[in-house]
Amino acid sequence: MGNLVKIAVRNLLRYTRRSLLTVSLIAFGVVFVLIFVAMAGAFKETIVASITDNYLGHLQIHRRGYVASIESLPLNLNLEPAQLAAIQKALESVPDVAGASERIKFNAMFSTFVETTGMRVTAVDPDREFAVSPKLPARVLQGDRTPAALARGKILVPELLARGMGTKVGDTVVVVATNKDGSVNGKTLLVSGILESATGPGGRDGYIHFEDAMEILRMPGTEATEVAIRLRDFDQVARVGRALRERLEGGGGSRAALEVHTWAQLSPFATVATLIDMMALFMKLMLIAIVLISVLNVMIMAVYERVREIGTIAAIGTLPRKILSLFLVEGVMLGTAGAAAGVLAGAAIILALNVWKVSVAFGGARQLFVLSPRIDLFEVVLASVMVIAVSVVASVQPAVRASRMEPIDALRHV
Amino acid sequence: MNVIRAGDLTKTYATDGVEVHALMGVSVDVEAGSFIAFVGPSGSGKTTLLNLLGCLDKPTSGRLEVAGSDVTRLDRRQAAAFRGARIGFVFQSFNLIAVLTAFENVEYPLVMVQDRPAIERRRRVLELLDAVGMADQRDKRPEQLSGGQKQRVAIARALVTRPELVLADEPTANLDGETAYTIIALMKKLRDEVGTTFVFATHDTRIIGAAEIVYTVEDGRLTGRQELP
Repeated sequence: MGNLVKIAVRNLLRYTRRSLLTVSLIAFGVVFVLIFVAMAGAFKETIVASITDNYLGHLQIHRRGYVASIESLPLNLNLEPAQLAAIQKALESVPDVAGASERIKFNAMFSTFVETTGMRVTAVDPDREFAVSPKLPARVLQGDRTPAALARGKILVPELLARGMGTKVGDTVVVVATNKDGSVNGKTLLVSGILESATGPGGRDGYIHFEDAMEILRMPGTEATEVAIRLRDFDQVARVGRALRERLEGGGGSRAALEVHTWAQLSPFATVATLIDMMALFMKLMLIAIVLISVLNVMIMAVYERVREIGTIAAIGTLPRKILSLFLVEGVMLGTAGAAAGVLAGAAIILALNVWKVSVAFGGARQLFVLSPRIDLFEVVLASVMVIAVSVVASVQPAVRASRMEPIDALRHV
Repeated sequence: MNVIRAGDLTKTYATDGVEVHALMGVSVDVEAGSFIAFVGPSGSGKTTLLNLLGCLDKPTSGRLEVAGSDVTRLDRRQAAAFRGARIGFVFQSFNLIAVLTAFENVEYPLVMVQDRPAIERRRRVLELLDAVGMADQRDKRPEQLSGGQKQRVAIARALVTRPELVLADEPTANLDGETAYTIIALMKKLRDEVGTTFVFATHDTRIIGAAEIVYTVEDGRLTGRQELP
């Protein structure tokens, strides 16, 4: 094998410029794929973390049918006390759960005593909500960033509303809402902070204390619109989701009273994430095409230029399978050199991108997301194995052709 | 003992639907250790005959034994293995592998064909390079060697596997007069030392003069046999 490699390397160096060009082309393809995968992965990870850490959580549990009519925030589809108890019990049995927050969501009228407008209110227990949405405090632009900002009698007002209504921290406002029986009630609240939207300037979501919502909506017992869950390890979302579904939905299927959703089922960004994954797949297909065409081209030329040499080595007794191996090894060497150069260059560029930080704004939010591109060992191995395997495939036809040449015909070749 | 026993060999090619009879009923026995030449004009069939004797091609009909084996029955792989073990080749254009040094060219059949251990390879290659007077040029690539030097390396490569038969097709055609004489003398000396049979296809009068038996080939037939002193 050592001799095969030695001869293959010498043959590749025979046409140094051509071999270097081919290796460079393969390396460029590998670099492109690795950087795309690293950057796209970092972008996806950052945005998903922003969505889940700001408001969505990793998983949510609702009463069946709620998500289908979520735009109207129906109060008659709230989780009832018995269901909340069942959820609590289920969550206690799952060690991966880092925190859970019960929320009441409802449409309300927001009044400054001068003007009135519509608002979407999320009522929470502040300590539990901050555990599930750890980036929520960072969105408080003015005012209190501690859980005390959501103590009873206080409200975090969305920036858009605050600006439009001229509301400031320390003002008194009134939130008025209709409960599920049609009864209207209101409560005076103190503005404890102005809240930036998680996804841009268009948000109308304000936060109040859970018990204030119960009071406004005249709830006789504890009800909640949803339970948002944060896991210790994001990568366990699918597995924990399945486990909770099994416990809470049981074999009921569409007749089950509860529904467990992952963040991906609730956020439109999941589609973008899937598109990013598809683009990465497309990049890999492009890499396959680059390697296939470049290696095939070089190997076809190598066989064509060395017909007499093939005739000579066949005449002096080299077995066809050895001739086949000789050309396969040449193709593999090209692919291996290209993959190695590409991985090294790609790793260096990814490292540089981590030193000179790349930041992006998403959805018009003020918050800048600093991307930390990184590449899994699996992706590196996958790209390298793919390149080498495609190099073998590309070399097979020329190598087989070389091994099947009749020595007397090859020796006559001019 | 005969290293070649050929009886009534024919070779017919079909070219564009036309049958070309390259050899017609050639019978020849070659004794081991002999130094013989097939001579004749271009297109007479001498190269075709050499290709059959070298198991590079199969006869259309007839019997052919080389080194005691019926080579007409060998498939491609068996023929390659047979050539690698029993036959050496010297070509008109030397046919050295351009990317290998003189040493590596001679070593090639021992590595890629016979898979000999490294120590044995080194010993045999150095012996032969010394015998052909190329030991001091062993690290040079073919493009750094003259025509005569290349042919010396090619002869060493042909003999390194210790074949019973060396076939040489016009081995001096690309060499000047003095070099050609030196190469012929070298091959004859090696024949004397190792006892390998040398068979030439040539119309070079210098080889014809050095051969012990000269067969004349005309229109695919052996038309003459002459033993030279």
